[in-house]
Amino acid sequence: MQLIHCPWCGPREEVEFHYGGQAEITYPERPAELSDQDWAEYVFYRDNPKGPFAERWSHSAGCRRWFNALRDTHTYRFLGTAKPGEPLPNTQRNTEVRV
Amino acid sequence: MADILYRTHPLENRRAALAELSGRVEGLTVYPEDPVAAVDLRVDPAGPGADAVGRALGTALPVEPNTWTHTVDGQLVWLGPDEWLVTSAGADPQEFERELGWVVSAYDGSAVDVSAQRTSLRLHGGLARELLSLGCALDLRPSAFPAGACAQTYVGQTVVLLLALGPDDFRLFVRQSFAGYLADWVLDAAEEFRAFP
Ligand SMILES: [Zn+2]
Repeated sequence: MQLIHCPWCGPREEVEFHYGGQAEITYPERPAELSDQDWAEYVFYRDNPKGPFAERWSHSAGCRRWFNALRDTHTYRFLGTAKPGEPLPNTQRNTEVRV
Repeated sequence: MADILYRTHPLENRRAALAELSGRVEGLTVYPEDPVAAVDLRVDPAGPGADAVGRALGTALPVEPNTWTHTVDGQLVWLGPDEWLVTSAGADPQEFERELGWVVSAYDGSAVDVSAQRTSLRLHGGLARELLSLGCALDLRPSAFPAGACAQTYVGQTVVLLLALGPDDFRLFVRQSFAGYLADWVLDAAEEFRAFP
């Protein structure tokens, strides 16, 4: 079992956390103007890189706050975590990741 | 005929077993604690609301994560960057909620009575840290989890709000419906400390 570093509580056991999908997806500026295809991509389509991936996680059994994490999907290693709005570590990311 | 339901402690039926354990194992005392009034308080820690709460309670809000402080008759526990649990041994829960709500409402804060959510189990003695470490992944060494520290974490399979009251003295707030499980977990984990008869 690995420890995940909550930006507030510090290192805690992995089972205290919940996964929340891909991070850094911005809400469309004019959603009404989106085509069905664009809307579907915004709502449902997510990247699936092999390597560093920006994700949302929640410290659900602890402070219950959401934060961002950069996790290597190949090794399951956490490369860093950050509070919302703060930058994730500037690690080389897979080109598939939309930033 | 309808049965009359009396108010009892959620751990009433574990009290005898915990007392027996405490008498048998040197360095371990475990017992259910009396209920306290508890309010979940949310307010901006950097704004004037936090100062107003500090004045009302006579103690500044602990802004350092994983810490708690004393109030006159209770505790002020950090739960999140803008969230605290305030307990009081003497206050009436609804009155307590109303009073704190009145203080923070001017600052977009909220106060919610959560007295019925948790009950607490007290655990102290020289073996307390070792016992907890059997089901808790936190670093429980005194240097890492000293008196004044707190954490919301797992003990066994249940989430607890763990408070270090002293060097070997802990309070475990646990959801009422999970309290029986936690008491049973403690009784089971403590088996290995029992002296052979
Ligand atoms: Zn946390």
